[in-house]
Amino acid sequence: MARGVQIRQRHGIMPVLGGPYVVQSVTDETMRRDARWLDRRDLGRLLEALTASGYEVQGPVVRDGAVAFDRIERVEDLPIGWRDEQAPGRYRIEHRGGDGVFGVVHGPGGLKPHVFAPRERLLQIEMGDGAGPGSGFRAEPIEPPARRIALLGVRACDLAGLAVQDRVFLGDAFPDPWYGRRRAGLFLVAVGCTRSVATCFCASMDTGPEPRTHYDVSLTELEAAGGQGAGFVVRAGSPAGRELILGLALPPAPHSALERERSGYDACAAGMTRSLPRDQVRDLLYANLEHPRWDEVAQRCLSCGNCTMVCPTCFCHSIRDDPSLDLRRSERVREWDSCFDLEHSQIHGFNFRPRIRDRYRQWLVHKLAAWVDQFDRSGCVGCGRCITWCPVGIDLTEEVAAIGETGPGDAPPQADGGAT
Amino acid sequence: MSAATALVPEPAEIVEKRSFGADIHVYRLRPLDRTARARFDFVPGQFNMVYVPGVGEVAISISSDPDDEDLEHTIRIVGRTTRVIARLETGDVLGLRGPYGNGWPLHAARFKDVVVVTGGLGCAPVTGAIDYMFRRRRSYGHLTILHGVKKASDLVHRARFESWRREPDTTVLLTADQPDRAWRDRSGVVTELFDEIELEPSRTVAFLCGPEVMLRYAVRTLRGRGLSEDRIFLSLERNMHCAVGLCGQCQLGPEFLCKDGPIFPYRRVARFFATRGL
Repeated sequence: MARGVQIRQRHGIMPVLGGPYVVQSVTDETMRRDARWLDRRDLGRLLEALTASGYEVQGPVVRDGAVAFDRIERVEDLPIGWRDEQAPGRYRIEHRGGDGVFGVVHGPGGLKPHVFAPRERLLQIEMGDGAGPGSGFRAEPIEPPARRIALLGVRACDLAGLAVQDRVFLGDAFPDPWYGRRRAGLFLVAVGCTRSVATCFCASMDTGPEPRTHYDVSLTELEAAGGQGAGFVVRAGSPAGRELILGLALPPAPHSALERERSGYDACAAGMTRSLPRDQVRDLLYANLEHPRWDEVAQRCLSCGNCTMVCPTCFCHSIRDDPSLDLRRSERVREWDSCFDLEHSQIHGFNFRPRIRDRYRQWLVHKLAAWVDQFDRSGCVGCGRCITWCPVGIDLTEEVAAIGETGPGDAPPQADGGAT
Repeated sequence: MSAATALVPEPAEIVEKRSFGADIHVYRLRPLDRTARARFDFVPGQFNMVYVPGVGEVAISISSDPDDEDLEHTIRIVGRTTRVIARLETGDVLGLRGPYGNGWPLHAARFKDVVVVTGGLGCAPVTGAIDYMFRRRRSYGHLTILHGVKKASDLVHRARFESWRREPDTTVLLTADQPDRAWRDRSGVVTELFDEIELEPSRTVAFLCGPEVMLRYAVRTLRGRGLSEDRIFLSLERNMHCAVGLCGQCQLGPEFLCKDGPIFPYRRVARFFATRGL
């Protein structure tokens, strides 16, 4: 039986937006051991089953020189025969041919926009009858669209990012119902990575390349070999996933396929060239808040915020009013914000982080150190997107390594309050 | 409570407005729904989000006595939203949600001397705490209140300071950076007032509130006078949009000021507070 961990609203339920939000997050070992086999030519049956279950199916599609999750209707909509090449500041996809469906590791978007929307309407405000802003108002929460979306081709790093966001948005005293609503409507079909790109480092963060939790169904794509045609090892990760797989009446995965799967994951993990010292990085950064490397990286950083936009865990947002032209009504709206934006650290007449050095340090120290104190886990899942999509190719693993070479604590800050 | 409930502002009427120059206004607010007042019960040091529909929302500390029926907010014009608030008058309606954050350690400070150091409007988050201690006067030792303002007209709670000054076993020192001719108190910055006070580190607790520059100097001075880092409490300020620990705007190192603070023992935030630009 599935042992579901439930993230619940701890302090009551918001009647308008529904809840509590039950999120399956742990995959039972028994379920994992029950591996099934899906022929490559039968992949369409999976799509049909998802559609029949009432889901809008989305998967990676080639768009604007990258892949992005978008609606798919048939297997041919997927990036069959495509590969991505990623490096610091570089992303290319190329059609190499062959019938591999999930050869592209990932694009810039990931799962985040599906749960933490880039722009979310929060409250509807109706102004009072009088003129002017003091004449009273009524405020009601706005429900996000109740969509049931099946996402096909979600990577282990994306799932790890989702687990982090579940913790941030649902795990504290004020669970976020807008996130919860969108989250509850997702059905996640993961695809394990047997191929990495140069910016990947999930193995060192212990989040991949094999999906382990937070999926409903997982797939491992295998090429044809030794008389076995191309296809997928299929596992369920939730009761809903198991129900779907049962409906497909799939045969057990052959032993040889499981062996090839294992060696595929092992080779993928071993092939990653980047890493972070997961267990030491928090203390290392805390001990080096005044390291000269912050000045050095600030010479290259453009403070554009790309890293925060593509990061699967960055959650900073701003909330503002969006009034109608006649000022009869308004909406409270939240939008993604970035700690690289000067306004993020601006209060009346004073900026806390005026230098790029301050803002890059805030991002990295928060992501890799403060996050651990706040949410009992790192804010980094090793997807490498911030390296790929940085226009100048800043590589956080390299920055941490540079600090580690001369750290820790070559110049610990004096806790005397006298630094001005 | 979910974040949705938490984000919905409660309409509240301005029942009194007092203005100090063009920039500073003190509002007494009363929720239109009379049953709502209990939800706004607060401890001194906490803050509310004050909302102007169609304009925006700002975090403002509550400056009144917790036992007062009305909620008092002292608001200085510093931006778009506060500029609109300044135009509102008695009878107008604002939005309120809160209270958020923690309060001053008034229980832990019992039977100790308390030194309150504030600068500018920084006194607003601590005036309620001072009232609280005076109402329980025998539970506290010597009270020292050091308050600095830039201009004489910034001293918005003068009547309160004068009444505290008349209390026994109490020292109140006021100073202005730019005193006018009518100013009869000290001139200079608030940290210079430390030279005039007695301080017994083993039985003293300090409450600090004001601009960060002032806080840094005050912490340095108090530590120099032998006060330990866990007896110095700071009320800190950052951008706040949600006030429930989700928007990420108010972070200082691992702390979310809105839910972990805004009041911290100095020891807890020392490393991060002492690092410039964090």
